[in-house]
Amino acid sequence: MFGKLTIEALPLYSAIAAGGAAVTVGGALLVAIVLTWLKAWKYLWTDWLTSVDHKRIGIMYIVLALIMLLRGFVDAIMMRAQQAMALNAGGYLPPEHFDQIFSSHGTIMIFFMAMPFMTGLINLIMPLQIGTRDVAFPWLNAVSLWLSAAGAALVMVSLVIGKFSTAGWTGYPPYSGIEYNPGVGVDYWIWAILISGVGSTMSGINFVVTILKRRAPGMTLMRMTPFTWTALCASVLMAFAFPAITVACGLLALDRLAGMHFFTNAHGGNMMNYANLFWIWGHPEVYILILPAFGIFSEVVATFSRKRLFGYESLVYATAAIAILSFTVWLHHFFTMGSSANVNAFFGVTTMIIAVPTGVKVFNWLLTMYRGRIDFHPSMMWSIGFIVTFVIGGMTGVLLAIPPADFLMHNTTFLVAHFHNMIIPGVLFGYLAGYMFWFPKAFGFELNRGWGLASFWCWLIGFYLAFMPLYLLGLKGMPRRMETYNDPTWQPYLMVAALGAVVVLCGIASMVIQIYVSIRDRKLTEDRTGDPFDGRTLEWSTSSPPPPYNFAVIPTVGDREPFLEAKKNGTAYRRPASYAPIRIPSNTPAGVILGGFAFVLGFAIVWHIWWLVIVSAIVMFITVIARSSDDNAEFTLSAGEVKRMEDERFRQLGSRA
Amino acid sequence: MSVVHMSEHEREEAETREQRALGFWLYLMGDAVIFALLFATYAIMIPGTAGGPTGKDLFDLNNAALETVLLLVSSTTFGFASLSVRTGNRSAVIGWLAVTFLLGAGFVFLEVREFAGMIAKGAGPDRSGFLSAFFTLVGTHGVHVTMGLLWILILSAQVALKGLTAPVASRLYRLGLFWHFLDIAWVGIFSIVYLPGLL
Amino acid sequence: MKLRGINWRGAMLAASVALLVGACDLKRAAVLDPKGPIALAERDLLFDAFCVMMIVIVPVIILTLWFAWRYRASNTSAQYAPTWANSVKIDAFVWSIPAIIVIALGVLLWRSTYKLDPYRPIENAGPAIEVQVVAQDWKWLFIYPEQGIAVVNQLAFPAGRPVSLRITSDTVMNSFYVPQLAGQIYAMAGMQTRLQLLADQPGKFVGRNSQYSGGGYSDQHFEVLSLSQGDFDAWVAKAKQAPGRLDAQTYPAQAAKSRAVPITYYSAIEPGLYDQIIAKYRHSGHTHTQNQGQGAGVPARR
Repeated sequence: MFGKLTIEALPLYSAIAAGGAAVTVGGALLVAIVLTWLKAWKYLWTDWLTSVDHKRIGIMYIVLALIMLLRGFVDAIMMRAQQAMALNAGGYLPPEHFDQIFSSHGTIMIFFMAMPFMTGLINLIMPLQIGTRDVAFPWLNAVSLWLSAAGAALVMVSLVIGKFSTAGWTGYPPYSGIEYNPGVGVDYWIWAILISGVGSTMSGINFVVTILKRRAPGMTLMRMTPFTWTALCASVLMAFAFPAITVACGLLALDRLAGMHFFTNAHGGNMMNYANLFWIWGHPEVYILILPAFGIFSEVVATFSRKRLFGYESLVYATAAIAILSFTVWLHHFFTMGSSANVNAFFGVTTMIIAVPTGVKVFNWLLTMYRGRIDFHPSMMWSIGFIVTFVIGGMTGVLLAIPPADFLMHNTTFLVAHFHNMIIPGVLFGYLAGYMFWFPKAFGFELNRGWGLASFWCWLIGFYLAFMPLYLLGLKGMPRRMETYNDPTWQPYLMVAALGAVVVLCGIASMVIQIYVSIRDRKLTEDRTGDPFDGRTLEWSTSSPPPPYNFAVIPTVGDREPFLEAKKNGTAYRRPASYAPIRIPSNTPAGVILGGFAFVLGFAIVWHIWWLVIVSAIVMFITVIARSSDDNAEFTLSAGEVKRMEDERFRQLGSRA
Repeated sequence: MSVVHMSEHEREEAETREQRALGFWLYLMGDAVIFALLFATYAIMIPGTAGGPTGKDLFDLNNAALETVLLLVSSTTFGFASLSVRTGNRSAVIGWLAVTFLLGAGFVFLEVREFAGMIAKGAGPDRSGFLSAFFTLVGTHGVHVTMGLLWILILSAQVALKGLTAPVASRLYRLGLFWHFLDIAWVGIFSIVYLPGLL
Repeated sequence: MKLRGINWRGAMLAASVALLVGACDLKRAAVLDPKGPIALAERDLLFDAFCVMMIVIVPVIILTLWFAWRYRASNTSAQYAPTWANSVKIDAFVWSIPAIIVIALGVLLWRSTYKLDPYRPIENAGPAIEVQVVAQDWKWLFIYPEQGIAVVNQLAFPAGRPVSLRITSDTVMNSFYVPQLAGQIYAMAGMQTRLQLLADQPGKFVGRNSQYSGGGYSDQHFEVLSLSQGDFDAWVAKAKQAPGRLDAQTYPAQAAKSRAVPITYYSAIEPGLYDQIIAKYRHSGHTHTQNQGQGAGVPARR
């Protein structure tokens, strides 16, 4: 009846694991109680969970990302604490628990923090920037969101029922195979990734079609904002790279469930094929994450330097070049697997070539600041902190791209420091810059600047404290993922790194306080114009938050910075002579139903509850058929309704100080 | 006023169809990536027989040739269904879809029979890495064909109930893309799996 | 010099002392302090590439900070050019500078990758000593086919003589890592990878597995001993006195999962044991017998 699931699955094997489970369950209960108390269930269901509005979906993605950021960070600080104390078998975590933590940290931060954060920002902003009313496939967009949430929920549930994988976020076989890992942990990892991966593939397709087919009249490709360009390139990569991880994890699942021999030691298996498949996705993934962050930096640096972006064409070509090259470098993740010098040298050189367009981008941001009028808004601070720190990570990346140097540094904490140096100042700082930049657009009031700056400085200092010692430890030959060690000279460095994690914790606390303070003071920082930062592009031309239809009249674009141009010409904020009715996609529970049953499906497969697998698959199938056979998935907002909403907007515009 | 709206509405509908077509093409390209990686995996794993049977011991070219004929003919009959959509002949569409369905079902039957025979001989997917790759590659295609069959059933019902409306016709167009794509994937399987396995 | 109760001079002093201690400690960091020509060449590569890149990294960091300060909004005396956004000359410059650096590094990379190919025997250093390495859960087995002995968790060899390693795994993927002598390479079951190393002087080093492999991973390190020829002969003689033997019967017990295993010597080994360890993952299938011992999937190389 319940497959492999028994009472043994509860995490009573250690007090810390039980505590983690209790916090998870308690947190979920608390949210449920608060929602009931506020009588918000109906509002939540009708206005959010069933919504197909790209802005709401974007916001829900970002909420998911921020929650998972907290969870992933708890994992991080637990690891840092363990390693700081772990000299000669010290520390407070048994190996089996430490191993789950580094596996869930990586999995969560990549798949359930960075991916939703990026997808959320693109959802929220890109359609506004290209002047359209929604993405090409609104309900598919909701499905993508709920599949991502289903994957995240599987990871969270593994904390309470059973154990998570101990195979690291890359899940290399044969260690992750059934022979060496008979428990459910790796299955949780596989199904979380497979389910959310389908969502990401569909998001990629959705965004590509939206950007290619739904741009406002006059917006040629070379008039798109840099963020839209990076979103386009990242989405192409999502559509074509995610199938690779679907194959890698799918074959691993077949090995585990059906006794197949793709990656086993014996019976003709070939584990090296997994490394190839995984990184054929894995390296483009790095650029899927970082290209949109580059786009955000480009917008933020131009806006807060009060200056046009320098070298737009260069930047666009550099973005496209990076996207294409990203498919040609995957082997650098395993120079140490014994490939011939020819192969290693080829992939080393392609890897280095990516440094050229990346370097060009850095110069472009620099020259955008040059002769500007820089406003040190938190978003701008994230950008400056990014440039200074990111070049260090780029440099260590080029060092690791040299195969013989990689023989020395691979699998050490130097490598760990390198990719965190890319992902924290590169990816995360970018998303946080975007979060603080576009927050007023989403909610109609600004985030508190002071707490934003506090958060920035804590993150920046914390980052240096946490990861510079790891670079040095790598030079001292410390491998990654060590639960204990016997070299006393490592410990001081690990203590500094732990201190860094504490400083980052202060940065996260500042972000939480920032949200609280900003909501409290929302009347003071209300954004009545929809354009709090003297913006340049179309998203600032509409109200904050934008109406469901985004633009009452689809704008016509004649410049790269259409809104700035309109403000200069005095054509901004013009009322049209009349309004036309607008067709808007109707809300549907299909997305949240599919996500819910995808979660049940994944859970049932993990525990081998086959009847439940079949039931949930049938429900999902029927939901898809029913929804996709529906010919009337839209409703029409009458011209009068539009006029009423626009009148309100112009009344607010008129009342601004 | 209402005339203007109708044309505006129609323009939007046409744009929607165009977007769906592009989106579906992108999905097919992604699916092609999956097949490409499964082909590559298969090619790598041909030597991984672990002392078990090889392709030469197992493959029956007659069966594979028959499967090929069924699938290629079904693609043609689907083409006739598409032509009938254009002429608006509802019963012809349903008729050709039915023929396509039967041919596709015949293909799936032959494949299942082949798989069952191999498993009965002890050459199942858990026998060796080579057989894992074979069953997964060919089976993935088979699952696609099965999905295509279900899709044909659903759209036939829609044609019967709703008629050849614009949304239904646009769904038929995408099903056609899917069905022809499976043909191309099969040609790859025939020439990479079955032919060299026997030579 | 006290400010709000903080002794700034004391804090500065403490920080300087910490930095100095850190610097001394880093001088002995494994990667920065190589003890053989392979690791030395790899480290020098690291240094060369680092220095070349500093040509652009340092100016970028300085310019960023300087521009940020100079063009702050409150500094109205700085020039303001809100529409200046294009310059062909600058574009050419920003594309060519990284390109030139990458070309220079690319040449360095290409040459060094061939020179330091771990499969390539060390030249002009005399005949190499052969050692077969097996990664196990969670320890390392070193088999000396010429001497007929085997050791767990200790790799000894004469200083100044090349050591030619053949590496496999009898468990999950491991990575054989000796930072001061050779860098690392993966160990995989049913396959063989290779690594060459040479120690200039007698000495004692640390070797590890750097690829996470399960519960005992943290303790899976081994001692690397570079000895004078005399000491090495004595070491072999000592191993020859050990009570244990390693053959097809005793091997499974030795290979069974165990953590933090002490150094153990085996006075005799069954010839071909290493090949058997690889072959058992291959079955006696007709496709593999001819290239047994050669890494499957790894391009066939000697």
